[in-house]
Amino acid sequence: MDLEYSTEQSLLRDSVERFVRDDYAFQARQKILANGGFSAPHWTTFAELGWLGIPFAEEDGGFGGSAVDLAVIMEGVGRGLVLEPFLPTIMAGGLIAAAASSAQKQAWLTPLIAGECKLAVAFAEPQSRYDLADCTTRAAATGAGWRLEGRKCVVVGGKIADAFIVVARTSGDRRDRTGLSLFLVPADADGLTVRRYDTNDGQGAADLELAGVALGPDALLGPDGAALDPLERAVDGATAAVAAEAVGAMAALCDATLAYLKVRKQFGKPLGSNQALQHRMVDMVIALEEARSAALAASLSMTEDDAAARSRAISLAKIEIGRTATKVGQEAVQLHGAMGVTDELDVGHYFKRLTIIATSFGNADWHIRRVAALDAATRRSAPEQPAPGRTAA
Amino acid sequence: MELKLSPAEQAFAADVRTFIRDNLPPDIAGRVRRGEHLGKDDHMRWQQILGRHGWHAFTWPQEHGGPGWSVVQRYLFEVISAEMDCPIIQPFGPRMAGPVIYTFGTPEQKERFLPGIRQSTVWWCQGYSEPQSGSDLASLATRADDAGDHYVVNGQKIWTSYAHHADWMFCLVRTAREERPQQGISFLLIDMTSPGITVKPILMLEGTHSFNAVFFDNVRVPKNNRIGEEGRGWTYAKFLLEHERVDNAAIGVTKQALSQVKAIAAAERDGDTPLIDDPLFQAKLIAVEAQLMSLEMAALRVLSQVASGASPGPVSSLLKIRGTEVAQRISELGMEATAYYALPYQPGLIAGQSNEEPIGPDYAVTAANNYFWRRCMSIYGGSNEIQRNIIAKAMLGL
Repeated sequence: MDLEYSTEQSLLRDSVERFVRDDYAFQARQKILANGGFSAPHWTTFAELGWLGIPFAEEDGGFGGSAVDLAVIMEGVGRGLVLEPFLPTIMAGGLIAAAASSAQKQAWLTPLIAGECKLAVAFAEPQSRYDLADCTTRAAATGAGWRLEGRKCVVVGGKIADAFIVVARTSGDRRDRTGLSLFLVPADADGLTVRRYDTNDGQGAADLELAGVALGPDALLGPDGAALDPLERAVDGATAAVAAEAVGAMAALCDATLAYLKVRKQFGKPLGSNQALQHRMVDMVIALEEARSAALAASLSMTEDDAAARSRAISLAKIEIGRTATKVGQEAVQLHGAMGVTDELDVGHYFKRLTIIATSFGNADWHIRRVAALDAATRRSAPEQPAPGRTAA
Repeated sequence: MELKLSPAEQAFAADVRTFIRDNLPPDIAGRVRRGEHLGKDDHMRWQQILGRHGWHAFTWPQEHGGPGWSVVQRYLFEVISAEMDCPIIQPFGPRMAGPVIYTFGTPEQKERFLPGIRQSTVWWCQGYSEPQSGSDLASLATRADDAGDHYVVNGQKIWTSYAHHADWMFCLVRTAREERPQQGISFLLIDMTSPGITVKPILMLEGTHSFNAVFFDNVRVPKNNRIGEEGRGWTYAKFLLEHERVDNAAIGVTKQALSQVKAIAAAERDGDTPLIDDPLFQAKLIAVEAQLMSLEMAALRVLSQVASGASPGPVSSLLKIRGTEVAQRISELGMEATAYYALPYQPGLIAGQSNEEPIGPDYAVTAANNYFWRRCMSIYGGSNEIQRNIIAKAMLGL
């Protein structure tokens, strides 16, 4: 057991922190936001620093990094409130790396790592909420390939994606766990309507309407009908990544709030001299440390071979991230008083991002239900346990 | 970075399991499993078994006769001990008096006191709190007047855990009045058989006897029973309090308590449905399990920092706050799970001194009492509000 960063991880963290400090100060970030939420030079920097290749195997052109390495970057993404669709692209790349043929990797993963193409994963549908298996978009085999019909919603990163990985059903009924497949769909495909929009945290998303989108046979990613396992893994990985991002954002809010409590004076003394506010500040810091612990548990669980154990750990972590992100976000706004609810101060922007993280990839209630379902399945498969207490002794 | 245990750590864990399986008396394990209030004999029998194996003072370095375990090994020992229903090792000797004596004591004091702690042949208690000095410990007033080769101690201590079992007390006394209340305090080791000491029980709300009031009426304490310098006792006390707070996360015990609540909820039926399948109960249980997961990882992070040479410092306050809150919440859910059978008061069974048939299921006997008892967790060891003050001041500079 060893929970210290390696030398390489410390160097990576330094490099991320340097980027955020030098190139992503709040004013610079607001300029990017005003210009559509994407800076091409930054994207080139991500590629040059190797961030876009971090989690991918060396034989695929990546750096063979772990979920912990990705988390190191994501913490900086959170601290800097980075707008570019780094995680959606990494998530899409992860599905390609897991499922694609070598020709498909050549076509999509290599340019992705080089910073030449941006992808987004289209998994949610208007009726699905957080259920990944709830998919009505259909893909039918044609003589020449595939034909897709359906709708995908709130595809984060979709505003500027060059192509989408679309989850579609090749067999089975709406909520079946089998019969899902992945398709690579260029953003300019015939029959695809992309409705692009901004999200409340300044990121860009899109809704997709697929009206008879015709694709070649090489659009299918991985085996027909077996997409749910890799998709769940990808979403679990993305959940661990946003957990780390939330830690970065919470750390920034704790720093800002503590500094404000020390400088802002009312009734002739600093706000921070009031015990009522001191204890609230302490509870924010406790929540931050809990979030840091939960995010670490999430990243470390991504090496778990057993998918159920991995998902359970991810869910427990996301429950904690939801609770702590909400608490720290709300409290930071409150302790900043009226300034906390302005657009001018960064605090509100962190609060919005944390709120969206809490809502993404399953909110706390959804993850509680997932843990309950996993545990119920474990109990069903386990032999009857003796009742606790005296008779068991 | 790696959460998985190394082969050496796995081998260590296997050794611990084997030792406990072969040596823990089944009657004691049963009483721990049932959540009964243990007697002195239960504690001493197990602690002496550990002591003979060199594991009672399990946090001590080898130079003082401990096993010299790494922080990971200590953690594994605690978690496995809790999983296998071992009694909690009473901290007053090996975790409190011992480290103060081997860090600040004279060679004679070490030779005289450390063997009895290692072997658990001597029961220690902690004389800190006083009627007018609770969280504000430094305001303590028990006096030790200089009488040549000895002090004469007068005053009163309170909330003294297990003073009624204790052979010795480590005690904070006032040897001088100075400007700051932290000055003029000395750290004495007091023989509990000394003439002039009276121990009176304080029964707790759930009916058990752990705490006491201890009265000192002209008690003679030889000066060679003083630790370190006269008037510097606060320094030694602070050293000790920081150790105590890391303990207070008590992850292993809390994990075991959560397993017990799950077992109760699986056994309880609400209509045809096991309580553990009730969505409302599940939601509460899983929410607290998520908090415990964060807490465990936070404790491991602190251990990892300590292993690489850093002092735990104010983070130990954080662990104390959340560790106690989570443990309290779990005991609350355990009580809730038993419904009407939380009502019967069965002191004989709780104390393990009765063979009568329990009223209601076995696991319900101690559920409410356990919940009542655990309210003390956020009060002892420096209340959680004091811990927040410490973090605000020491860590945040407020």
